Amino acid sequence: MKYDIITLGHGSGGGLTRRLINDIFDKNFKLPTLDDAVEIENRIVVTTDAHVIKPIFFPGGDIGKLSVTGTVNDVSMKGAIPKYLLITYIIEEGFKIDDLRTITESVQKAAEEANVKIIAGDTKVVERGKADGLYITTTGIGFLPEGVDLSSKSIKNGDKIIVNGSIGDHTVAIINAREKLGLTPAPQSDCASLNELVQLMLKSGNIKFLRDATRGGVATILNEVAEDTNLGIIINEEDIPIKDTVNAVCGLLGLDALYMANEGKLVSFVSGETSNLLKEMKKHKHGKESTLIGEVTSEVKGVYLRTSIGGLRPLLMLESDPLPRIC
Amino acid sequence: MKTLDLSKYRDPKLIKQIVEDLKNWEKPIKIMEVCGSHTMAIGHWGIRKLLPENISLISGPGCPVCVTPSSLIDELIKLKNVTIATFGDVLRVPGKEETLEHARARGLDVRIVYSPLEALEMAKEKETVFVGIGFETTIPGIAQTILMAKQQKLKNFSVFPAFKLVPPALEALLSAEDIKLDGFLLPGHVSVIIGSESYMLLPQKYNIGGVVAGFEPLDILAAIKIITEQVKHNKPAIVNEYNRVVNIVGNKSAQKVIDAVLKTEDALWRGIGWIPDSGLGIRDEFKEFDASKKYNITLKEEEGNSGCRCADVLKGIIIPPECPLFEKACNPAHPIGPCMVSSEGSCAAYYKYER
Repeated sequence: MKYDIITLGHGSGGGLTRRLINDIFDKNFKLPTLDDAVEIENRIVVTTDAHVIKPIFFPGGDIGKLSVTGTVNDVSMKGAIPKYLLITYIIEEGFKIDDLRTITESVQKAAEEANVKIIAGDTKVVERGKADGLYITTTGIGFLPEGVDLSSKSIKNGDKIIVNGSIGDHTVAIINAREKLGLTPAPQSDCASLNELVQLMLKSGNIKFLRDATRGGVATILNEVAEDTNLGIIINEEDIPIKDTVNAVCGLLGLDALYMANEGKLVSFVSGETSNLLKEMKKHKHGKESTLIGEVTSEVKGVYLRTSIGGLRPLLMLESDPLPRIC
Repeated sequence: MKTLDLSKYRDPKLIKQIVEDLKNWEKPIKIMEVCGSHTMAIGHWGIRKLLPENISLISGPGCPVCVTPSSLIDELIKLKNVTIATFGDVLRVPGKEETLEHARARGLDVRIVYSPLEALEMAKEKETVFVGIGFETTIPGIAQTILMAKQQKLKNFSVFPAFKLVPPALEALLSAEDIKLDGFLLPGHVSVIIGSESYMLLPQKYNIGGVVAGFEPLDILAAIKIITEQVKHNKPAIVNEYNRVVNIVGNKSAQKVIDAVLKTEDALWRGIGWIPDSGLGIRDEFKEFDASKKYNITLKEEEGNSGCRCADVLKGIIIPPECPLFEKACNPAHPIGPCMVSSEGSCAAYYKYER
């Protein structure tokens, strides 16, 4: 299939997105990094993120909260401490002002919780039908503490991989709300700012690299790391925290939690002793279910899942959004 | 939400015992799975790698999307001023020129649904065509939707019937000369609807057995073990291993709904051609809901000279890597044949799990 126009798959975060970035954006901009955030100068880290989500209110959050936590997390994954946010609203004609007020209160609440300040912004209104209710873009600015330099380049064989809790919660919460699957109790999004947890982790363990497992999920991050470093990765199916509800939805719709977006989960690559790190992470409200799920290894090339019956299954980079299966 | 405890079907000790036992198997045999979810489960658990080399598992025509002719996609894309409602994996099935996903980006109103009932809601706003793709598992829900459309006297709703039936396809496969098979891993979900008795012709007429199996590793391994026993003693039979959900006669209520709305017809299978009585069309009493009549659509056989060997994959003559296009010209980013499109398709499953 030759693509002469943009399809939804180009926004999936998989192979199609990657080619779009390489062939068009990076070709023109010659970006210093393809990471979500970048250190500019004087240990200042910046990032920008556009937030589009349907429904805009969902169990566990709304587009306002998400536009803060998403950007806070992108800054945090560099090891930086986020301080300021700039925010842009693109609002569709006809959008309820009460909803806008609720969402903005939610932005402010999430900003206070993450200890960041909203310092500037912009508002645009577009004609009815030209936007899906509301889009929000946020730009984040943070500061990198002395001595912190996280990079996938420093990852070595034997490094351990830790996640801070159950995966797939956000996607399943959204699917349930959007498709009216009627799951009770309604699954909650894990939408949360992880800046505090990250600073705690940096103090408690030898963290080499961090990434928030948003679009494309844990499996996509592992694939990017394996590709960047040319190292192998094996994770253990039995150790990966996945809630029963998430497993059930995956089984029903033929989806895989390892590729689902999360909004409050990170994947960390750690060297040396991990027990103290895990102990400290578990004390934090966003790290209670922190788990070691696997390690970097010379045993394989690429990313593999050791299944609970002992088989090895490759976890590949997805091209596009996973589609729900027919039966 | 309550979920079933499946751990006993994943018991590592029992799995090891069967795997060890199968290692003593001497004769080369070919077992075909005819359900896409079995293909996925075999890859998911890494089962092929646990088996000795002389036991080959081949993927038959088990994914409803795989066997849908590309001309259906071409015809759907031509429809004007309608909403096309479809299950997700139909979106990336390549037609002659483009996919529904690409056509959607051009402006065609294509929407993914999780249940055909969602399409009824859409029809209240705009003329809606539901793409009726599926095997016996999915068909009752779609037939029920047509019944409800009739009750609600909807004028804006129709279904394109591209339904397929499993038993006639198995018979067609067994009648072909170039196929050598020793047993079938029979579909679990389909059998919930049609019952295990639907396969009795296999041992009676074709002297080949099969096991209706579930989707957990022990289900599949036990089924393989049973098939080896049947081959060893030359006693082909139909065995229901998945008796926690499948019975002999199937789901009578579902069968009644199907029978009320649909009737048996010849069907066009991508890569295989026309198979007599292997599909279901919409009965005349419901013809106002039949998109093939409403829009005068007829499906044509593939011209297929691209080198794609989906047909041979579906017949079990070759495994996906033996196709010259596999991995190279044909991959999940650029699927040529439908077996690469659906995550259940034989080629996609191979690409994902078996390379």
